[in-house]
Amino acid sequence: MRAWISAKTTKVAVFLLALVPLAWLATHRLGPNPIETITHSTGDWTLRFLVLTLAVTPLRKLLGLPELIRYRRMLGLFAFFYGTLHFMTYLWLDKFFDGAEIIKDVAKRPFITAGFTGFVLLIPLALTSTAASIRRLGGQRWRRLHRLVYVSALAGVAHYYWQVKSDIRGPLLYFALIAALLLWRIVPASARASS
Amino acid sequence: MPPERPINVWNEVTPKSVYLNRRRFLAWGMLAAAGRKLTAGARLEVASKSPFSTTETPTSLDDITHYNNFYEFGTSKDQPAKLATNFKTSPWTVSVEGLVNKPRTYDLDTLMKLAPLEERIYRHRCVEGWSIVVPWIGFPLKALIKQAEPQSSARFVAFQSFFDLRQMPQARWAGIPFPYVEGLRLDEALNPLTLLAVGLYGEVLPNQDGAPIRLVVPWKYGFKSIKSIVKIRFVENQPPTTWNLSAPREYGFYSNVNPEVDHPRWSQAHERRLGDFFKRDTLMFNGYGEQVASLYAGMDLRKNY
Repeated sequence: MRAWISAKTTKVAVFLLALVPLAWLATHRLGPNPIETITHSTGDWTLRFLVLTLAVTPLRKLLGLPELIRYRRMLGLFAFFYGTLHFMTYLWLDKFFDGAEIIKDVAKRPFITAGFTGFVLLIPLALTSTAASIRRLGGQRWRRLHRLVYVSALAGVAHYYWQVKSDIRGPLLYFALIAALLLWRIVPASARASS
Repeated sequence: MPPERPINVWNEVTPKSVYLNRRRFLAWGMLAAAGRKLTAGARLEVASKSPFSTTETPTSLDDITHYNNFYEFGTSKDQPAKLATNFKTSPWTVSVEGLVNKPRTYDLDTLMKLAPLEERIYRHRCVEGWSIVVPWIGFPLKALIKQAEPQSSARFVAFQSFFDLRQMPQARWAGIPFPYVEGLRLDEALNPLTLLAVGLYGEVLPNQDGAPIRLVVPWKYGFKSIKSIVKIRFVENQPPTTWNLSAPREYGFYSNVNPEVDHPRWSQAHERRLGDFFKRDTLMFNGYGEQVASLYAGMDLRKNY
C-alpha cells in the first residue's frame, strides 16, 4: 500500500483522474443550458477538491499513511484550477466581462461575495505552493498562510448555500464534510492543550 | 417516443415546420391506432393561430421537455422528464369553486370544449434568468371564468396543483410546501393573454410540462404559470402563493417580469434564451407591456414585485 501510494505512476494516475471532469465537459453534450452545466460542474468540482485537500491530513493520521502528503499540493491546485474555470465561466460566459455589473454583483449579492472571497483566498495559496515558497516563507509562516484554505472552503459552501433556491441537500453535504474535517483539526489540538 | 436531440446544442434548433411535419406524420399514425386519446404525444386540433403569438423561433421540443422546473418531480431540471413519465393524468378533474354562481367540477374533456383551442407562441421567462419560446395549445382562462360567473366580491383567483407524494416521492426534498398554489388578480386572470394550456407543439402536454392542464401567464416569471391544476377558487383576498410563502423577500405575489427590479440574489436585467450563446436584454413585462401595462398603472412595481 505505502509503496503504491509513493509510486510515481500512482501520482500520474491521480493527476489524470483529476482532469476527467474537464474532459467530460469538453466531450459531452451539456443539455439545454450548457453554460449553466459548466458553471455547476466546475463549482462542484472546486468544492470536491477542497474537501479532498482538507481530508489529506486527517487521513494521514487516521490511516497511518504519512505518504499521502504527496497528494495534498496537487489536490489543492486542482481545487484552484476548477475554481478558476468556475470564475472564468462567470466572468466570460455569464457576465461577458461587463465590469459594472460584476462589481455590482460582488458588492451587492452575498452569494457572489462569498464565492469571490473563496476564490481570491485561493490565489496566494496557489502562488506559494512551491517548495521554494515554503523555504522562503519558513514553515511556520507558510502553514499559517495556508490556513486560509479553511476560510476559502467555508466561503465556498456559503456561496453554494446562498445560490440554491430551496433544495439545500447539496450545500448541507459539503458543509457537513468540511465541518467534520475542520473539527477534527480543532478537537485534538484543544485536547492537547488541556492535558 | 423520445424526440431526437439536435446535434449542436448551441444554435441548431430544428426548424418548426420540419419538426411539425415529422411529428404530424408520427402523430397521425398514433391517432389511427389509439383513437382520440388525451395522453402525452397525442395530436391536438388547433382551430386558429393567434395574433398574440410571437414570430420568434420556438425553442426545440427537446429543450422544452428536458429543462423543467417541476419541483414535485425533483429539483434538478432533468429530473421531471425522467420521473414524471408515469404520472397519472387521466381521469382528471378541475374543481371551479368559491365566489362564483356556477361552481362545478369539470372533467378534462369538458374543459377542452369550453372554447376553441388556439396555438399561442409565447416567450416564457424564468425567474432564474433563462427563457424559452413555447408554442402552447390552449384557450383563454377568461372562457372558464365566464362560465363560472364570478360574484362581485371575487377579486382574486387561487390555483392549486395536484399533489400526491406516492406519485411524487422527490417532492419531500424540494424545500417548498406542497400542494403548489398560485394566484392572480381577477383582472389579470381575465386578460386575453392568460391561457389555460393543454398542449404544446401541436400535441397534448408532456407530463413534465404540467399535464394535463396548466396556466400560462407570459408576462410573469414562469413560476406563476402553475402546472397540473386541480382547483381554481375565486376569492376576495389575495391568496397565498408557494414561492412567496417559501421566500417572501425574493418572490412577490405579482412577479411580473421586470428588468429593473432585481431578485435579491441576482440581476434580472438579462436572460439567456436556451440555445443562444449570448444573453439578451430582458423586456419589461417580458415584452407584453402593450397588453398588460395598464393593469399596473399607478402601482409601485418595486414594492409590488
